[in-house]
Amino acid sequence: MEVQLRLLRFDPETDTEAHFEDYTVDAEPMDRLLDCLHQVKWHQDSSLALRRSCAHGICGSDAMVINGVNALACKVLVKDLQQPITVEPIRGLPAIKDFIVDMEPFFAGYRAVQPWLITDPSDREPERERIQSPEERERFDDTTKCILCAACTTSCPIFWSDEAYVGPAAIVNAHRFIFDSRDRGASERLEILSQHDGAFKCRTAFNCTAACPRGIKVTKAIQEVKRAALFESF
Amino acid sequence: MAIRHHQFDAVIVGAGGAGLRAALESGQRCKTAVVSKLYPTRSHTGAAQGGMCAALANVEEDSWEWHAFDTVKGGDFLADQDAVDAMCKEAVDSVLDLEHMGLPFNRTPDGRIDQRRFGGHTRNHGEAPVKRACYAADRTGHMILQTLFQQCNKHGVEFFNEFFVLDLIMLDGVCCGIIAYEIGTGDVHVFHAKSVLFATGGYGKMFKITSNAHTLTGDGPGVVYRKGLPLEDMEFFQFHPTGLYGLGILLSEAARGEGGILRNADGERFMERYAPTIKDLAPRDMVSRAEFFEIKEGRGAGPKKDYILLDLTHLDPEVIETKLPDITEFARTYLNVEPLKEGVPIVPTAHYAMGGIPTNVDAEVRSDAAGGIVPGFYSAGECACVSVHGANRLGTNSLLDIVVFGRRGGINMAEYANENKFTPLPENIHEQTEKWLQGLMDGDSPETQAHIRQKLQEEMMDKASVIRTDESLTRVQYEIQGLRSRYARARVKDRSKIFNTELVEHIELGFLLDMAEALVVSAKARTESRGGHYREDHQLREDDHWLKHSFITRGVDGATELTYRPVTMGRYEPVERKY
Repeated sequence: MEVQLRLLRFDPETDTEAHFEDYTVDAEPMDRLLDCLHQVKWHQDSSLALRRSCAHGICGSDAMVINGVNALACKVLVKDLQQPITVEPIRGLPAIKDFIVDMEPFFAGYRAVQPWLITDPSDREPERERIQSPEERERFDDTTKCILCAACTTSCPIFWSDEAYVGPAAIVNAHRFIFDSRDRGASERLEILSQHDGAFKCRTAFNCTAACPRGIKVTKAIQEVKRAALFESF
Repeated sequence: MAIRHHQFDAVIVGAGGAGLRAALESGQRCKTAVVSKLYPTRSHTGAAQGGMCAALANVEEDSWEWHAFDTVKGGDFLADQDAVDAMCKEAVDSVLDLEHMGLPFNRTPDGRIDQRRFGGHTRNHGEAPVKRACYAADRTGHMILQTLFQQCNKHGVEFFNEFFVLDLIMLDGVCCGIIAYEIGTGDVHVFHAKSVLFATGGYGKMFKITSNAHTLTGDGPGVVYRKGLPLEDMEFFQFHPTGLYGLGILLSEAARGEGGILRNADGERFMERYAPTIKDLAPRDMVSRAEFFEIKEGRGAGPKKDYILLDLTHLDPEVIETKLPDITEFARTYLNVEPLKEGVPIVPTAHYAMGGIPTNVDAEVRSDAAGGIVPGFYSAGECACVSVHGANRLGTNSLLDIVVFGRRGGINMAEYANENKFTPLPENIHEQTEKWLQGLMDGDSPETQAHIRQKLQEEMMDKASVIRTDESLTRVQYEIQGLRSRYARARVKDRSKIFNTELVEHIELGFLLDMAEALVVSAKARTESRGGHYREDHQLREDDHWLKHSFITRGVDGATELTYRPVTMGRYEPVERKY
């Protein structure tokens, strides 16, 4: 079948501003949008710039605004998209070229919440594994699924207007440790997240939850972090 | 294009599991840089699903020797047994290390790391399947990649993301750094180093149906091959038995570990005929071949009788949703199939390169088949060949390989860097690379990389995949020669500097053509069947002639040469491989 695409193009070396260009490709209903973009790149205009790698929703490279909503180009199928399919870069991060944005501010927000296991310095490294019950493990299961694709953070209206906000993905990754029974860094992280650019900037728009390609209940995780910060229960 | 210079004691190329694990060791011992084509979390380690084996014996009796035996037998006796022993012995501590770093493994009711069954892993030398795979749902690789990335951030590892390796700097046989292309700017960077470790991953993109990412194009081994250094056991490429039909997306062996069954069009559990003892949990090469024969003999399912069904319908829906959530979602998303109610259409998919850059157990790169090493040069992970996987890798052993040999490589490269001085570089060291890049963007050509790539992938799938013959390999070798000359004429149309991804893909295709050549030439020479290398015209394993590793090199004149290195034997003598 013929598929109509409207792609927001921007070449920093020649363009002063972004503009839509139309393309027609031949695709199957079960094809991924990424397959259509490859068709453009490989057979029509080789200068089209995008990031992609695994092509099945695991590596998190190809988050884009597809028909107005954030999704991974490799995880939405042609049959589920209204035509013409419009594709734009994710918002709130500096656009570099076509669908490529500067990811550094996103990763800076991630690093700010100390997303690594923090143990008590006085604790001796155990000889075997630390004991953690299946229930304790289940407590943070949802937020371990994050692939750092930025679909959630760049769907957040607060993040669009205020880049200093750490954003949903950073809070998700903080949640993954705050609620891990083996971690001892919750109070440090909650202090960071209680500051001006932290979790309380969230206004529960739920865009993040809708955008997450991994099905993580992002808003719920953010609310749990807020509650932990207020009541010190985790 | 601007030229930029850096100096680090140690430079690691690749930021998947092996590269990050190495960086954690090296970064704490000397000034280290990680140079990666992708953002680290985009690496394909993240796509690994089922688990990582280690004889923890948390659930059932187990021992590292049993694990070693299974690995050697699974590899059809081509693995070097000293390396296998090292890996299986260190497996237990490697898993515990990851747990200590925070990896969220699934747990047993008493709170220890849970374990499950996996293909080819058995108790007491093949008696029955054993629960040896430590796992985090069906996203174990994702959790390993995330955990290692977290630790690298904690320790302040310095990353150069979206830098594409183009050359290895060798002076008088000593490795002195790399040259890389910064994708975001088009600049060329010279990384002067005392030691270099390649951990660039696999090259499954030479095949049409593959579980591999678009970016897995053999860049590291390609650079090595062009330096005139050898690649080892390139003919051994693993086809995973359960790739989503038409797409190749991986459905973990854990699906069968949890009780899933493969069925042909008649609904028959055909693996009972091929591997009566462990059936669906036979090693991947055997299951993929069995599928191939079922389809060839007209018992394939579907309107074209060209796929097999992975049946999970008898499993507890709770098990499917909690232990296999990702793969069930893949089936739903990409094939519109409901695994709780119907069989999932699957085919063998190009999955894993057993061959690659030859190394010893210390991750030092071998310079020849005789026992020489390249000073200052290390390699680990899928791009390397230790060899721990022999002719066929067992499921879960890739995640084990990357953490064990990534760690060893990181420690050893740092020790080497701390004991040696920088070799001064000539000022014009970048010139050849610069000229090459300019040449790719000079002039026009009717050839397009997309057509060359597509033809390569189709030919390799058709003639050099699960089943090979002298005739099919001769034909595909001829095709590759033709594609190589077409490639030499092709030019990059995009002349931009910022994110010129056409240029990146063009160079990647060149590496893929190199990998395909090395694979086919090595496969044509090996007139026996062993592990993942099956010759319909030589169906038996021939230990008298072929119990040895292939080393392929390409000379400056373009001629390939094969030499051989004996397998390092140990406790296990080759026996007929039955399951």
